[in-house]
Amino acid sequence: MGRSSKAYIAGAFEHPTRKAVDKTIAQLHAEVAFGALQDAGLSKDDVDGYFCDGDVPGLGGLSMAEYMGLNLKYIDSTETGGSSYVVHVGHAVDAIAAGKCNVALITLAGRPKAEGVVSLAARDGDGGKLPERGFEIPYAPVITNMYGMAAMRHMYEYGTTSEQLAWIKVAASHHAQHNERAVLRDVVTVEDVVNSPVISDPLHRLDCCVISDGGGALIVVSPEIAKTLGDRCVKVLGSGSAIGHLNSGKFDLTHTAAVVSGPIAFEEAGVTPADIDYASIYDSFTITVLETIEDLGFCAKGEGGKFVSDGNLISGVGKLPFNTDGGGLCNNHPSNRGGITKVVEAVRQLRGEAHPAVQIPDCTIALAHGTGGQISARHGSATVILGRNDA
Amino acid sequence: MSNPERTYVDPSINMETEAYWNGTKEGKLLLKKCCSCGETHFYPRAICPYCFSSETEWYEASGKGKIYSYSIMRRAQIPYVMAYVTLDEGITMMTNIVESDFDSVAVDKAVEVTFRKTEGDHSLPVFRLV
Repeated sequence: MGRSSKAYIAGAFEHPTRKAVDKTIAQLHAEVAFGALQDAGLSKDDVDGYFCDGDVPGLGGLSMAEYMGLNLKYIDSTETGGSSYVVHVGHAVDAIAAGKCNVALITLAGRPKAEGVVSLAARDGDGGKLPERGFEIPYAPVITNMYGMAAMRHMYEYGTTSEQLAWIKVAASHHAQHNERAVLRDVVTVEDVVNSPVISDPLHRLDCCVISDGGGALIVVSPEIAKTLGDRCVKVLGSGSAIGHLNSGKFDLTHTAAVVSGPIAFEEAGVTPADIDYASIYDSFTITVLETIEDLGFCAKGEGGKFVSDGNLISGVGKLPFNTDGGGLCNNHPSNRGGITKVVEAVRQLRGEAHPAVQIPDCTIALAHGTGGQISARHGSATVILGRNDA
Repeated sequence: MSNPERTYVDPSINMETEAYWNGTKEGKLLLKKCCSCGETHFYPRAICPYCFSSETEWYEASGKGKIYSYSIMRRAQIPYVMAYVTLDEGITMMTNIVESDFDSVAVDKAVEVTFRKTEGDHSLPVFRLV
């Protein structure tokens, strides 16, 4: 009944660990896969499609497929940083609709906390092949100063303030207090955020997400299989993805590629931002959320600062409850890539399985958005719009 | 007042960008322009990213521009100013702002190019307030 859906999310799982000193990355992938399959009521042998990022151990998904003993007829290792898993949901839906597979497994896992953070320069590896490297690495770009430049430009163009950005962290902290696994559970105030040390102007420590280990997994299935699994299955109503980059030196740091991915997803779903009951918005930094909310059309460009203020993102208080698990800003950011947990919490909301203190009553339509890479350089944006089983 | 400066790692140089780094050693900031569509692009490439023409040519930039955005990396051993500078030639490039008091750095302020030696004796274009 209700809206049509080419595929359903049948299983969603978030790894409980936040620091995995005693587990390998491959093991974490298998643990989240098991968790999601159990949640769906399926077994490993039902999986015929596998989706992972390009950061997994091995060549694409080949080693992980072998480790987990998967027999596959479809594989996709599209890599767009932290947004990869939101991309994967869309790709899984397309593959299922095209008849290429029936049960798609998506996994993310990593342990940056246990291993120590690796710098961008070190990760970039072979400078001879990476064309932009010589024009960037000598200037010491790191993730905080790169997002800092986006925030600074947004402030310059639209008068956005640190206090407005702080409201995003405040809202996340209000949600995280109810999540016993969240890395940061203390409720913070706007003053707490703006009085925390400046890491790279204008971003304070509390404008940044946490660093954590862990991961997550999703199971996307065909409508026929969803029918056999019951009403916890969630409809995928629409999906879109796009990338942004420096456009050969002519770019605008106040927009992300969500301006492209969002409309594609909304159009396919046949809904508008006004129809969204709950939104998971990728939150590597407060500025990531602010720009995305504008780009997705929840408010006009430049109005994000006003929109996020005064608790407007807090469940039960504001108009757009977001990241009710505490998000990357407070809960976790497994493998420095938060996209999968964005989808997991949206699924919880649509099933009515979020924490009672943050559950949105009658949550029918939800959005999950991922941002990978850096919004002030090369990045991937991906949007999915999900509907409750009877939506 | 100027701040103490960090050391600069070497750029990676390849056959497409060798001329750029030879130019910086002579105190010149070179840009690439397309002979077909006339557009300047950055970073410099053998193929024009606007029209895919393989006819591109180097020219010397004025070295003048404005700060498009910046972020002062305070949590570094030696704090520094990360920035994007829009050159008068119309392209915006990543750089550092040097020789300038942190409190004086602001979006839209005028800057000019200067150069810094890197660890391996290459020359890196950076900018200072004018």
